[in-house]
Amino acid sequence: MTEAPDGSRRVPRPRVAPDGGLDLKRWRGRATDPDADRSRAEDATPEAVARLRARSRALLGQLLRPHRRRLGLAVTLLLAQNAAAMSGPYLVMLGIDHAIAPLRAGDPEPLVTVAAAFATASLTEYLARRGFLTLTGRIGQAVLLDLRQRVYGHFLRLDVAFHERYTCGRMVSRLTSDLDSIAELVDGGIDNLVVAALSVLSVAGILLWLDLPLAAVTLLAFPFLFWLSRWFARASAGAYRRTREAVALVIVHFVESLRGIRAVQAYRREERNQQIFAAVNDDYREASLQAFRLIAVYSPGIKVIGNLTVAVVLAYGGARVLGGRTEVGVLAAFLLYLRRFFEPMQELSQFSNSLQSATAALEKLAGVLDERPAVAEPERPVALPTGPGRGAVAFRGVSFGYRPDAPILTELELTVPAGQTVALIGPTGAGKSTIAKLLARFHDPATGAVTLDGVDLRDLADAELRRAVVLVTQENHLFSGSVAENIRFGRPGADDAAVEAAARAIGAHDFIATLPDGYATEVHRRGGRLSAGQRQLVAFARAFLADPRVLILDEATSSLDVPTERLVQRALGSILRDRTALVIAHRLSTVEIADRVLVLDGGRIVEDGPPAQLAAAGGRYAALHRQWRDSLI
Amino acid sequence: MPAQSDGNPAARDDRRPHPLRNLWRLRPYLRPYAPEFGWLLVLALAATAASLAVPLVVQRVVDGPVARHDVAGLLRLGALALVLGLAEAVLIFIRRWTQSSSSVGMEAAIRADIYAHLQRLPAGCHDRWQSGQLLSRITSDLSVIRRFLSFGLLFLVLNVVTYLAVVVLLIRLHPALGLLVAASAVPLFLISRRFARHYHAASRRMQDQQGDVATLVEETAQGLRTMRAYGRGPELAARFAGGARTLHDTGVRKARLLARTAALFDLVPNLTLGMVLVAGTAAAAGGALTIGELVAFVSLQLMLVWPVQSLGWIIANGQEAATAADRIQEVLDTPPTIVDAPGARLLDRAGVRGRLRFERVSFRYPGSQAPVLDEVDLTVEPGETLALVGATGCGKSTLLSLVPRLHEVTRGRITLDGHDLRDLRLSSLRRLVGVAFEEPTLFSMSVWENLTLGRPDAGEQEVRAALALAQAEFAYDLPWGLATRVGEQGLSLSGGQRQRLALARAVLGRPALLVLDDPLSALDVHTEALVEAALRRVLRDTTALLVVHRPSTVALADRVALLDGGRIVAVGTHSELLATVPAYRAVLSAGPVQRHDGAGLVRS
Repeated sequence: MTEAPDGSRRVPRPRVAPDGGLDLKRWRGRATDPDADRSRAEDATPEAVARLRARSRALLGQLLRPHRRRLGLAVTLLLAQNAAAMSGPYLVMLGIDHAIAPLRAGDPEPLVTVAAAFATASLTEYLARRGFLTLTGRIGQAVLLDLRQRVYGHFLRLDVAFHERYTCGRMVSRLTSDLDSIAELVDGGIDNLVVAALSVLSVAGILLWLDLPLAAVTLLAFPFLFWLSRWFARASAGAYRRTREAVALVIVHFVESLRGIRAVQAYRREERNQQIFAAVNDDYREASLQAFRLIAVYSPGIKVIGNLTVAVVLAYGGARVLGGRTEVGVLAAFLLYLRRFFEPMQELSQFSNSLQSATAALEKLAGVLDERPAVAEPERPVALPTGPGRGAVAFRGVSFGYRPDAPILTELELTVPAGQTVALIGPTGAGKSTIAKLLARFHDPATGAVTLDGVDLRDLADAELRRAVVLVTQENHLFSGSVAENIRFGRPGADDAAVEAAARAIGAHDFIATLPDGYATEVHRRGGRLSAGQRQLVAFARAFLADPRVLILDEATSSLDVPTERLVQRALGSILRDRTALVIAHRLSTVEIADRVLVLDGGRIVEDGPPAQLAAAGGRYAALHRQWRDSLI
Repeated sequence: MPAQSDGNPAARDDRRPHPLRNLWRLRPYLRPYAPEFGWLLVLALAATAASLAVPLVVQRVVDGPVARHDVAGLLRLGALALVLGLAEAVLIFIRRWTQSSSSVGMEAAIRADIYAHLQRLPAGCHDRWQSGQLLSRITSDLSVIRRFLSFGLLFLVLNVVTYLAVVVLLIRLHPALGLLVAASAVPLFLISRRFARHYHAASRRMQDQQGDVATLVEETAQGLRTMRAYGRGPELAARFAGGARTLHDTGVRKARLLARTAALFDLVPNLTLGMVLVAGTAAAAGGALTIGELVAFVSLQLMLVWPVQSLGWIIANGQEAATAADRIQEVLDTPPTIVDAPGARLLDRAGVRGRLRFERVSFRYPGSQAPVLDEVDLTVEPGETLALVGATGCGKSTLLSLVPRLHEVTRGRITLDGHDLRDLRLSSLRRLVGVAFEEPTLFSMSVWENLTLGRPDAGEQEVRAALALAQAEFAYDLPWGLATRVGEQGLSLSGGQRQRLALARAVLGRPALLVLDDPLSALDVHTEALVEAALRRVLRDTTALLVVHRPSTVALADRVALLDGGRIVAVGTHSELLATVPAYRAVLSAGPVQRHDGAGLVRS
């Protein structure tokens, strides 16, 4: 928002606090990241706003460039349509001034000529308009498609840290609501916009040609129109930016609370949610209202200028006719043209609604596209060395923290030879998952380097890195589609036999076979019908199918029952034999399959060695091991 | 509820109701603004009248002062035109100003009602529906309706009235020519009808596809880490491109439809104007019409151009609003199946002993044939802790979700102290039951707010006690303490931390009945031991139903029930079952298993 320190530019915004001062700030809590609510480009400073506007203009240019030729054709069609439309009043003038007298004298020819010209003009207008609308529809849809894919693709490229900050709801809002408002302009406004702009210009030309002094009087209206429009453009840009932000909050709350509907209902959260929703909904209502009110001023403002001009032209033109300096027909045509001049302006102000909304939306999208992925693909990727026995991992002097003031890892040194299975254990916050995420290159270390077979992960092409390293977490997201498709996510080219083999290897085949359609069963919305354990099995099968050099398992078996976990472990025993693995687990049963155990605390490795040796050594691992042994039957 | 598998809350039946029926059903939202709407219409009509009067003034000017060389008359009429023009502008201003508040007010009201309704719908509906489809309903569909109710509808009325008024004026000016103009309404009507029919189908298709794209987007956002872990960006992008391409194709088809009709809406009035010009010129030549009248006639007729031209847009908008209303009503028409029964009673926390009984309870998910639970009989005595054990996916979590009535039993009944759960008020029941799910759901709110979800009145001490019990005191060390925002848009916590917060939430306020779904799965051994010890104290005097996978957690329970194939196959103490039920041992025992391939389970 373009708010001056004294708050003078800000539209007054009464915060409605239903039910005893529900303060949005308080329940949301304090975010740890100051950029939590926007992309970095969306700074509040005037320079940032200007930069973003420039960015969004450049984006529009890029989007339209491939359609230059078709745009040219569209403009030609539009000119033809406009010329045809404009000839109407002129032909009326000709008819009145030049056809009536000959007709009285018994000569119908001028009238026939005028009629023929009129018919031609109408037909031209029809064809040109139809062509123009079809063409702009095509261009508009193509631009939308391009933009949608660009933004989506960019979201995919952006790093995990960005997404954690930006959040799912806001991403959804950008790709739905913001694109919708641009689509709305494309659907209903763009032709009106261009037609109006063009007819304003051409009418101005015709007026000048018809009667110079009268036109001069008319043109006096221009500075006022310009001034009014500039005011509106500035004020509404801010207002619409605010509506975009407000609707994003509505979407965020909506998406999040419905996703957690079980918790909402189990904890009778409905009422409070409704209050919160009412508050964000009302905020959005207020924001829209402000924007609409601006149009409520702008649109009649245009009308005032237009009607004032008509009245002046009527009086002045009438006087000129009285003085014999102009024809009655000219005055009539002039007044008709004036109507054609101000009515599109009026129409324009109707669509300025969608225009401004779309502009604000485009700025938001430009802000997203402006984000540089913090974890970027290298410009010149280095290939991994090939050959058997690969997968050596090393952390060299790695320091990292999610927030600068809270380092998680400091100067971590760790070498894992190819083929070794390493278990990481330690209390919450020790940095186990952070090591996993760094190795999967969800983040880059602040200092130091993580290498795979001697190659810095930052020098690897993403596709190559992902083929080599796979991270399985407890999240286990299943995409909509069949079970088979979800397993195939690990290796898209795999055939059905390979998918089934993977499922069998991991012990998932039995439950999949009992599903209504077996492997073809659709996992409904986020795998709603599969239990957490079953989802973990599918995720395991996926990782198995992916067959990476390095496999990272972060709490990947936590929801499995004991026999299934055993099955998974047996499978792991064979699959991990010839690859490097990093296993994070709270269950020591999982740890038992490891060649080596690392005990972490406060981002440091405090114990390191084979499990049997550590268990005997009497350190932390030994204590945990004893505890675990005791817990078994 | 009918089984729907397409994720779209569709309730389309085969007998086609009127296409505008659902739009009409939204009228209660218009009602508070009905008097205002009436006034607005009057204002709009007055504004139109004022603008209609201007050409008549022009006629007077041409025929009167100009012809008579009357300068004073010219100024007088000029002033009249000015006053009319200003009046028009002021009227428009008032209309738009008031209208903007009523239109956004209506939109917000409908949105709030949809949200309220969605919150009442049982989890089963939400599992089935794609959230993107719901989202597109409260955003794009609603703004389409708002546009129609605020502009489309008004302009439809206004344009028709303008059309009629102009035609009447035209007929009065010159009956024959006026009737000619009136006759042009016939082709316009036919074009409109055809267009409306085609556009209706296209716009519905478009809205459904928008919902599909929204679903894809939301799913991507959810699965971003998985996508990243496998580097499947290109595949997802291709999948999205498919959805976006479909949307594009529908958009192009719609544009083509609109282009054809809009051009026709241009052609018809133009041709009429041409005919009027020829006939009018002839009439003027014959002296049947003054030149001033002809000018007025033509300029009045030009006033029809915009109303007719905008007709295409208004009809399109109206059809979109109609299909959007269909989609919204489909949600609102889905009855919440889990609601308070008439005469449902309140149970006081103090009066609850906590005897939970499942009596021949069967359950199957709507749309699936096989029951998940089949005639389950189970009793949890007051203060007892019962652990539910079974293989992955055997229905343990489903059984738990029946207790707070997130799902409704298909057959049989569940009683609490002898009361059928369905005879209790939902709010009362859910206040008595503390739940923690296998996936700890944290919302993007402060820790405090997340903990006190169901009990906004909880005090500082209670919260502290609950956090202590769940070994979740780490919350005090977060950057802003309990005011720190966690959840998706806040600080990301580890799985174990989330689970501990969820557990703290469940035990907060000492519920009469604890329902915990594998509550310690993500905890490390050390923390697990601490939580267990604390939990044991709570469980001593609380009735509890736990799902557990670990022998260590089973130790919390007084008795264990083994769930297999949707039935309870054994109930007893842990050691009893271990000794007598081989299936139980198989599910829980960590002992060595028979090896098929000779590969060692443990390689150390």
